[in-house]
Amino acid sequence: MGTAPDPLPSPPPPPPPPPPPHQSAEGPRPFVRRHHLIVRIAHWLNAVVLLGMIGSGLQIYSAYRHFGPRGATYPLPNPWDGKSLPEWSRLGGWLAGGLNWHFALAWPFVITGLIYLLFLVLAGEWRSLVFRPGDIRPAVQMQLYYLRLRKDHPPQGKHNALQKAAYTFIVVLGAISVLSGFAIYKPVQLSWLTSLFGGYELARYWHFVAVWIFVGFTLLHVALVFLADPASFRAIITGWYRGRYPSHG
Amino acid sequence: MADRGQGLNRRDFFRLGMVAGPATLVAACGWDGGPLLEPRLRAISRLNDWVGEKILLSRSRLAREYPASARTSDQNFPAYSITYNKTGTFPTLRDPAAWALDVGGLVHKPVRLSLDKIQALPRVTYTVKHHCVEGWTAIGTWTGVPVSVIIDMVQPKPEAKYLRFDSFDSHYYNGWDLTSAMQPQTILAYGFNQQPLKMNHGAPLRLYSPVKLGYKLTKYLTAMTFTRERPGGYWEDQGYPWLGGI
Repeated sequence: MGTAPDPLPSPPPPPPPPPPPHQSAEGPRPFVRRHHLIVRIAHWLNAVVLLGMIGSGLQIYSAYRHFGPRGATYPLPNPWDGKSLPEWSRLGGWLAGGLNWHFALAWPFVITGLIYLLFLVLAGEWRSLVFRPGDIRPAVQMQLYYLRLRKDHPPQGKHNALQKAAYTFIVVLGAISVLSGFAIYKPVQLSWLTSLFGGYELARYWHFVAVWIFVGFTLLHVALVFLADPASFRAIITGWYRGRYPSHG
Repeated sequence: MADRGQGLNRRDFFRLGMVAGPATLVAACGWDGGPLLEPRLRAISRLNDWVGEKILLSRSRLAREYPASARTSDQNFPAYSITYNKTGTFPTLRDPAAWALDVGGLVHKPVRLSLDKIQALPRVTYTVKHHCVEGWTAIGTWTGVPVSVIIDMVQPKPEAKYLRFDSFDSHYYNGWDLTSAMQPQTILAYGFNQQPLKMNHGAPLRLYSPVKLGYKLTKYLTAMTFTRERPGGYWEDQGYPWLGGI
């Protein structure tokens, strides 16, 4: 035809799709139910609790800002070695305050995580979330699309393959954080767990590294919501989605 | 359309919450919880103590021992005391020869033990990792008499549920659960790295155990008392976790 404007790879929303049977032609796209109440509560509770866990964790780190045993600091990369983290980033005021916040918030952190995982299993939701070998090729296609090397959005289910990778990874990261936390909380009673992380000093290091991966993930996560699919922000609050990718509808 | 209007209101409400939540948290940074939350946090800390003592603590599990070659050098093994922090000198006894440990409270046979008597009791020596609440570790060799030996000697009454350790270090003290006290590696130590214990590490006698954090290991001991009520502790009274078990 040649009359259509040259399609830009990003934003301008695609021409309105054919109206679904239950919608009038001029009506907006229909809402589709996307997130169960349990998922939404778990998401926001976790957001607040994780913020508190990180703040109190940084307070605890401030008591001894090195890794490795006394007199033998490990050659582990740590840009914060010997550095005091800014006060606004810390929660608790002093070491005991940080410890009490950290060990109190650990309860809702773990319980929320377990309820979320239980829901995924019982509701079968894990099928649309867990990254499996078959997702590798679609993930590459999706990456090409994001890099604007591919014009059309690859077909997807509820989540695209990159989202699956991210949401699977973050659950694994949460589990690693909890387990490395227990490894440094009870290095004698749970010595088998501490050994899995390479000993107390290394477990403490991995626990700290996980913080920065959480921070990086969250920044990317929030940026992508608003850059790629702002409608998903409403969906994680109300549960209803009316955006560009209602492919699972 | 009425439905849409409602959705907007609700969205506004949520947006407000999204801003208010983090703002409250940011304002709270450096905050120990305040008069409202701080006691709640301590209550949860007591719950964690219970889990730590009743579920996670094994009566018999031994902490890993290390070869003497793994020891942290003396200058890298931190030493501190409350008196030192306040005055710059470690606490000392006016008359070391008169020092003795009073073991009493809810027991059938209270005793007063001189250092000679304590050193004549069965002794253990082990090289273990020391865990400080701050996050550092150090390995050292400790020699002393198992607390369980003293407990058997004084025969606690059935109502004795806790142990209180007192010191001559600016009233530093600690309360202990009996399970941790009976653990075979919990000792009253008079030797460090194959030398007599020095003043910087709590001479003449200190509590040592690899199953507790450093702040639970009372130095400069004067008394060991069996109690019915849970004793606090110098740092524990200020908010540190009471059990301090690892």
